[in-house]
Amino acid sequence: MANVLANIFGSSPVKPLERHIEVAYRCARTLNPFFNAAIAGNWEGASAARDEIEKLEHEADEIKKDIRLRLPKRLFMPVPREDLLELLLVQDKIANRTKDVSGLVIGRRMQVPEEIAEQFIEFVDRNIDAAKQARKSVRELDELFTAGFRGAEMALVESMIEELDRIETDTDNMQAALRASLFKIERSLNPIDAVFMYKVIELTGEIADMAERVGRRLELLLSH
Amino acid sequence: MEAGTIYITLAALFGIFMAWGIGANDVANAMATSVGSKALTIKQAIVVAAVFEFTGAVLAGGAVTGTIRKGIVDAELLSPTPELLVYGMLASLLAAGTWLLIASRNGWPVSTTHSIVGAIVGFAAVGVGIDAVQWGKVGTIVMSWVISPLTAGFIAYMIYKSVQWLILRHANPLERAKRYVPVYIFFAALTITLVTIFKGLSHIGLTLSVGSSYLLAFAIAISVALAGAWFINRIKSDRKAEKSQHFVTVERVFGILMVVTACGMAFAHGSNDVANAIGPLAAVIAIAQSGEVASQSPLPVWVLVLGGGGIVVGLATYGRQVISTVGERITQLTPSRGFAAELAAATTIVIASGTGIPISTTHTLVGAVLGVGVARGIDAIDLRVVGRIFVSWVVTIPAGAILAILFFFVFKTILP
Repeated sequence: MANVLANIFGSSPVKPLERHIEVAYRCARTLNPFFNAAIAGNWEGASAARDEIEKLEHEADEIKKDIRLRLPKRLFMPVPREDLLELLLVQDKIANRTKDVSGLVIGRRMQVPEEIAEQFIEFVDRNIDAAKQARKSVRELDELFTAGFRGAEMALVESMIEELDRIETDTDNMQAALRASLFKIERSLNPIDAVFMYKVIELTGEIADMAERVGRRLELLLSH
Repeated sequence: MEAGTIYITLAALFGIFMAWGIGANDVANAMATSVGSKALTIKQAIVVAAVFEFTGAVLAGGAVTGTIRKGIVDAELLSPTPELLVYGMLASLLAAGTWLLIASRNGWPVSTTHSIVGAIVGFAAVGVGIDAVQWGKVGTIVMSWVISPLTAGFIAYMIYKSVQWLILRHANPLERAKRYVPVYIFFAALTITLVTIFKGLSHIGLTLSVGSSYLLAFAIAISVALAGAWFINRIKSDRKAEKSQHFVTVERVFGILMVVTACGMAFAHGSNDVANAIGPLAAVIAIAQSGEVASQSPLPVWVLVLGGGGIVVGLATYGRQVISTVGERITQLTPSRGFAAELAAATTIVIASGTGIPISTTHTLVGAVLGVGVARGIDAIDLRVVGRIFVSWVVTIPAGAILAILFFFVFKTILP
């Protein structure tokens, strides 16, 4: 028995998008136990964290596919479908970058030099903060849909995105400082390790970049 | 009067079956949103629907029933052969019922109203003659099928916009919802009581002056609004489930309003759709009892009661399941959005009922939902379904007509 009223509603992408950023954030968050274990030389613990990251990244991928399947072109939505798909894509990249950086570290059994270890963990945590703030902003999506992308709710999300930008600027500064610290000690390191350490810093910093791009995408939704 | 008894019995059976089908299927549209949003439990929804479908049918269903009964076919032309009208009306009921059965099996979104009007036009035009159809009136009806969803859509758009402006876009939507929702309740109750008083009370032998009608309607609407305000004030915000905007609690406030608009929707539905089942029955009874096409005889109230009763039985036996199924699938229609759609649709439908125009309640509600969507109120609307509605629209009228012609000639051959 088909009912017209029941069939007129397409499946809403809002809750799945919120679920996706939740998974992407939890994936990024696991970098903290991962690096702490790796720095302590506890490769068993690091492997466990890496497994968790892979699992969450895969879960985010599944949600992404599911959302794409459920957003056919014929849907009529308050915001352009393309913008939602772009948002989804950058959300997903948070998880992707997490997986990339943890894969690189575990594959080469990389040691973060002791001199910069503390500074590096702070940098990782700040990147995780950015992912967390991105999650907080995306979680306002259902409220945004309710409020019709205007008014007080829009102002609230805008302030959240500003905070996200501040965190991202922090990570940029920390990244520069971290590279400077690494530069000072790079001659004492194995050259290949040093090169890859720069790579690890760069990839980690991209997590905050992706989080910031989530903010940009949300802003685009607000501008319609 | 042997033949007359057969006619009335047959017409009553077909009519009750139609009413049952309307109750089983269509009522879900009115009640599902309230159940889906947990504003009402399924049991409460059935009780509310039963009461208001019934009162809608009995108090405000007369005018549309009159149109189905004697507004489409030119009765004068049939005076020498009243039995043709009897065969035709029986055939129309059977044709519409059959078509609805086929359509719902296949999941086509067809309208009961379109089926029955198509059927009556079909038998009259082919079975009796092109001139037997009151084409002017039919033209008005068909026009209204385009206008009613558009009107409902426009009203829903305006209502939802007002909700956004007054409540949703503010920093303290909960406070504002508590202040403004009773006002919406007042208007919802006022619309329905006004139509009931002006169109319905004469059926049960009550006549009020215009002044006292308004006074009574205002008094009732204010009482309903006050009762609503009392319930709203008892709603406490659940801190844990909330973010800063309190939208979860805001929706619960709108849930109270939704109970009122659901009553209105059930009432409106009963007032318009009962005619599809009992309009033909009323025509058959009038002829069978008097032996002529007496277009002046009044509509017996027991016929309306029969139709209303049939709808309630359909609701009780089968509607429960349909309501919960539909309710689960329309969770996007939260109370703040659902009430706007329901109030717009109910208002459009009761106005149509008051002027005696049979419209598709479902399509009107769909129009209203689209109106909310245009106001950026709905996450995702599947436009393919909207396309299907247009197709079913074009197909249903000839399908009803062809089936009715078929049954008409069968009845002409086998009935006395």
